[in-house]
Parts: sequence; structure tokens; C-alpha cells
Amino acid sequence: MTLLITVIAAVISTVVWYSSEKARELKTGVLLYMFWGASLMWLVDAVVEYLESGAEYFQPAGADMLNDAFLGLSVIALALVIWVIVLLVKDPTGALKRTILSRKSR
Amino acid sequence: MACFVVPATEAIVTTVIQKVVAKKEKNENKDGSQMKIGFADKLKWLNGMLWGGSGLLAFEHVWHGEVTPFFPFLTAANDPADTAEMLHEMATSGSAMAVLVTVVWAGLVIVSNKITASDNKSDKKAGATA
Repeated sequence: MTLLITVIAAVISTVVWYSSEKARELKTGVLLYMFWGASLMWLVDAVVEYLESGAEYFQPAGADMLNDAFLGLSVIALALVIWVIVLLVKDPTGALKRTILSRKSR
Repeated sequence: MACFVVPATEAIVTTVIQKVVAKKEKNENKDGSQMKIGFADKLKWLNGMLWGGSGLLAFEHVWHGEVTPFFPFLTAANDPADTAEMLHEMATSGSAMAVLVTVVWAGLVIVSNKITASDNKSDKKAGATA
């Protein structure tokens, strides 16, 4: 479930990055790196688990699925927070700098 | 258990290599004549995937209680049997993760080189007809 949620997040962020110049300017590439990197790594985990448990891998218990979904959403939230921090630190459009300077001049 | 440690270690190595290559490429291109993506920029893609992926995996390990904020940081390090299992997982899953990310990155580099090569060809053709 965590893998599934992360792959969906990776695909959505790729489409956003590809289709919007503004999104590329806003450093959405950071999200791409995080989501695709984690998806590839969890894919390895999933393959290993499948080799160990066989078809049972595709029939997880309800509680496990819920916990994995909760983890997947938390991973997305964490990645978004990291992206926002990168965005504010790099300030590609200069919006943060302008805001701070305009407050200072008042 | 600690499989993310292997791609994180690779990320440290590739980050150092990227910094060195970026410095070298900057010195070679002081006049700013080369506009194509350099190898240092391509290494940034690998660094991004390795750091990003291992960061999110580290969070997953904290979630499952396998990583703690106090020494020895990995709960499996408290018990010799668990440590052996952890090292086995690092050698198998961890290495496979690092290899898969690197292979995908190599694919991206090949595609990007082909796009650059076809762009160079069309530039030459346009120059010849002009």
C-alpha cells in the first residue's frame, strides 16, 4: 500500500512537472527525486516480500493495509514539507525576499 | 531493518564525485560556451533519487521502530542474531535498491545523451542548408 501510494504520488508529480513551466520553476523536481527514489526502493522490498510469501503478498490483512496507507500518506506529507522548506530556502521567484524587504521598508 | 543505509552510503559517495566533477566542468567551461547538460548535472539526478529515496525509507524505519534517535540508532544492533539478519538484509535488499536506482539513472543518462545527439545532428543539418 505504501508503494502504491508513493508510485501514484510520483506519477502525479511527474505530470505536474512536465506540463507546467511554473511548477518546474517552483522546484517540483525535488518531489520527483524523493517519490521515484522511494518507489524504486520499496519496489525492491515488495519483490523480496513476494519471493518470500508468494501470492499471499497481494492479500494483506485489513489492519496492515490501513497502517501501510497511513504510512504512505505520512510519507507524502513529509516529502511535501521537505519540498516547501527547499522552496522557501531557495526562493526561486524571490517572493519571500520581496515580502521580507517590503515589511522592513514600512 | 536498515536497507536504506546502502543507498544512503552510495549517495554520500556520488555527492562527493558530483562536487568534484562540477568543479572540473566549471573550470573547463569558463567562457560559458557549452550549453548542454554536463555530467555533474546528470549526477545530481542520481543524488536526488538516492538521498530522497533513502530519506523516505529512513522515515519508514522510524515508523516501524527499527531506527531510534539514541545509540546504537538501529534496534537490530542490540542483539547479535538481529544484527546478522540486518547485515544480510543490507547486503541483499539494500544493494539491490542501490543497483536498481543506479540502473534507472543510467537509463535516464542514455536517453538524455540520445536527445542531445539528435539535437546536435539537426543543428548541423540546419547549418549545412543555411
